[in-house]
Amino acid sequence: MIEISNVSKSYGDTIVVREVSLQIPRRGVTSIIGPNGAGKSTLLSMISRLAPMTAGTVKVDGLDVTRTPSDVLAKRLSILRQDNRVGSRLTVRDLVEFGRYPYSKGRLTPEDRAQADKAIRFLDLQAYSDRFLDELSGGQRQRAYVAMVLCQDTDYVLFDEPLNNLDMKHAVGMMKLLRQAADTLGKTIVLVLHDINFASCYSDYIVAMRDGAVVRHGPPDVIMTSEAIRDVYDMDVEIQEIQGRRISIYYT
Amino acid sequence: MGGPLCHVKPSTGRTRRECCRRIVKRLLLAATIVIALASISLLIGVGDLSLQALFSPQEGQYATQVLLISRIPRTLALILAGTAMAVAGTIMQMLTRNRFVEPSTAGTVESASLGLLIVTLFAPEAPVIVKMLVAGGFALAGTALFLRILKLVPLRSVLTVPLVGIMLGGVIGAITTFFAYRFDLLQSLNAWTTGDFSGVLRGRYELLWIAFALTLLAYLAADRLTLAGMGRDFATNLGLRYRSVVSFGLIIVAMVTATIVVTVGMLPFLGLIVPNVVSLMMGDNMRRSLPWVALLGAGLVLACDIIGRVAYYPYEIPIGTIMGIIGSGLFLFLLLKGRERLA
Amino acid sequence: MREQRQTIPVLLILTALAVGVIVLFMTLGAKGRWDFVLPFRGAKVLSMVLVAHAIAVSTVLFQTVSHNRILTPSIMGFDALYVLIQTSLIFAVGSAAVTDFDPRLLFAGEVALMVAFSSLLYRWLFSGNSRSLHLLILVGIVFGVLFRSLSGFMQRIIDPNEFVLLQDRLFANFNSVDSNLLAVSTATILAVSVVAWRFMHAYDVLALGRDPSINLGVNHNRVVTIVLMMVAILVSVSTALVGPVTFFGLLVANLAYQLAGTHKHRVVLPVAVLLAVICLVGGQLILERIFAFDTALSIVIEFVGGIVFLALLIRGAAR
Repeated sequence: MIEISNVSKSYGDTIVVREVSLQIPRRGVTSIIGPNGAGKSTLLSMISRLAPMTAGTVKVDGLDVTRTPSDVLAKRLSILRQDNRVGSRLTVRDLVEFGRYPYSKGRLTPEDRAQADKAIRFLDLQAYSDRFLDELSGGQRQRAYVAMVLCQDTDYVLFDEPLNNLDMKHAVGMMKLLRQAADTLGKTIVLVLHDINFASCYSDYIVAMRDGAVVRHGPPDVIMTSEAIRDVYDMDVEIQEIQGRRISIYYT
Repeated sequence: MGGPLCHVKPSTGRTRRECCRRIVKRLLLAATIVIALASISLLIGVGDLSLQALFSPQEGQYATQVLLISRIPRTLALILAGTAMAVAGTIMQMLTRNRFVEPSTAGTVESASLGLLIVTLFAPEAPVIVKMLVAGGFALAGTALFLRILKLVPLRSVLTVPLVGIMLGGVIGAITTFFAYRFDLLQSLNAWTTGDFSGVLRGRYELLWIAFALTLLAYLAADRLTLAGMGRDFATNLGLRYRSVVSFGLIIVAMVTATIVVTVGMLPFLGLIVPNVVSLMMGDNMRRSLPWVALLGAGLVLACDIIGRVAYYPYEIPIGTIMGIIGSGLFLFLLLKGRERLA
Repeated sequence: MREQRQTIPVLLILTALAVGVIVLFMTLGAKGRWDFVLPFRGAKVLSMVLVAHAIAVSTVLFQTVSHNRILTPSIMGFDALYVLIQTSLIFAVGSAAVTDFDPRLLFAGEVALMVAFSSLLYRWLFSGNSRSLHLLILVGIVFGVLFRSLSGFMQRIIDPNEFVLLQDRLFANFNSVDSNLLAVSTATILAVSVVAWRFMHAYDVLALGRDPSINLGVNHNRVVTIVLMMVAILVSVSTALVGPVTFFGLLVANLAYQLAGTHKHRVVLPVAVLLAVICLVGGQLILERIFAFDTALSIVIEFVGGIVFLALLIRGAAR
């Protein structure tokens, strides 16, 4: 379980996240939604110790993220942010093998290699494993990064807008894959998403943020109501049930 | 008068007349400061040149001679070089559409030094004007090469442009140093690359008037240069002969640089800071900003020279060193603080 | 093991070349007694190897922590800073005090100051995420100009006698290396290399960027600080030995990335060091014995390095 208690973040006078307390349950997919500037990515960065917090604590399975040694945490929790760009020329396999660094410190065992193979297969990247990252399309590259964090084999996997720059087909593919990782590999997946319909269709739990605070949280059918969405986005939206899923019609 | 110097801000509600008067007043104030600096510059030095000395019967003749042979030429050289260099910087920034370019960040200075070195090697007896022309030719070729390389660089960001220029300057500088080293001319090379006004005497600085004349020419063509600065498509759309305006601008920059390198040596950063400060103050219409650029350029050079002369009196610290400190400090400030405006 | 098949021959060939160049340098055209020639040339070769090692390692590591392949410590003004510190020291306490001092202690003090200042300055520069690479380079270059101008200013107002002494210290070249300094430098570089070796596994991860390396459990802040300190020490040593060399690091680091054929620092670092030794000793050998020049090597390096830099920019390497 990820326990977030009274976490705040401010830059000078601007408060980006204010006193957020939240518990993210083990297993399953949790999506964080909210308008631009709501503090979603900042919250995710603080959970994963990429950004220091101004106040409050975050515990992952009881481990305080700011006090636990970074390499211990790296075996429990991994994060993939958006806009990943690597300076050195790496192949897909090189990148995925980096996921084993917390265990091997650069000296790969046969088991590490087997894990990397597994992650490559899971993301269907066998055909590209010896290609360089800069030779791949945006969607393939994104999958390679996802393979790296899955290869890290942590219980908790955090993604900041994993659908960014993906087209319709690849976005759906990615969400299915994350769902599958939660269901078959038993992972706890936490996502920041912009498209609330993806959140509705694929998550077990939705956290809605606005102005740095959590305004609503609960299972999709509680969050996906016209009233709740108005609270979060300040916008009147019609919600319809289509094939048993709650879909918001916000295009017009 | 003052029509083109004026710009009316409709929002402020001032009349055009008031606005003009304000601007003329400010320009006059700035000019007064420059004149004050020039007078200070005339009065400091090892020889006693107080007013009493000038008018006293015993020392009067000596003092007048010092004034005519050394002090006045030096002050004039400072004003001319400062003005010309600042204007050259402005023109380059217009033409490359980049705020960080000036003759010393575009390979122009290094090319001029290379040209000068080659004349000195092959025709050491050539008259100064020939040396200047050859240096100017090299400066022009170097700057053209710079623009050529820029076209080849993909993903041009605002800052790649000066980076390319500085590196090109480094390569050309290495060639120059190599030959200077081989033929024992390192000391002269040093003199060309670091500005120093201590050697300025009557008869040794008059070439700078050419640079000044070129800046006047640039002022006359200011409107065209402003248009060219808005880009090729924009300029062509307004019926401008883009290529010839750009070539004209480049020739002026190259010749001004060559003249300054030949007579007093390079003044780093001047062409960078002055136009940037003026642009922050009043935008990029050259006809309006050039008088300011000229005044500020002259003022800055005079001030740096005065500091260099009094900081370790009676010895002199070359102006290049002082400008390096003040200039790079100001430039860092511009880069790190005001970069929203500049980028 | 695709990469090993490629890297082992590369390493072997480079080692052979480096040894060959050193042997040639020691023996070629020697006149007179061997027991005079060998120690004299040996000291020269040792100082060149030290400089090559210092520049290659500092450049590669610096490029790893700054995530780019065109920044080098010297382009960022590190060596100008060292010159400034030396000048300020003589300026502040006077040459008499400086000569009375144990040169080893003095060197240690200078290096300590250098480490303190450079880590402050460059930590501050690198701390903002929003700063673009090109801005950093430009700021670094301008800092270099500022440092050089400040040194120049102090050198001007220093007593001429003290200036002579300073000049001796600043523009030492391979022909006049102080044996005391050589011993201190060797010890320093060995110590730094041991530390550098202990973090070897982290460099590959660091090259991925800040966020990915924290995700993989590297204590990013600490390792970057240590790397920057090592870079500052290495630059101090090489500047103390030969004075500033702007483009050499850039040249060997980028050649090493090309030749090594892998991103692994375990390979890239030795390749870079070997290349640096070959270029420096070989270049000096050719210039000295064939063209009979003595100190023009740095000019040639400047020329070639500048062209490599422009080529890199044109190829779009400076993303």
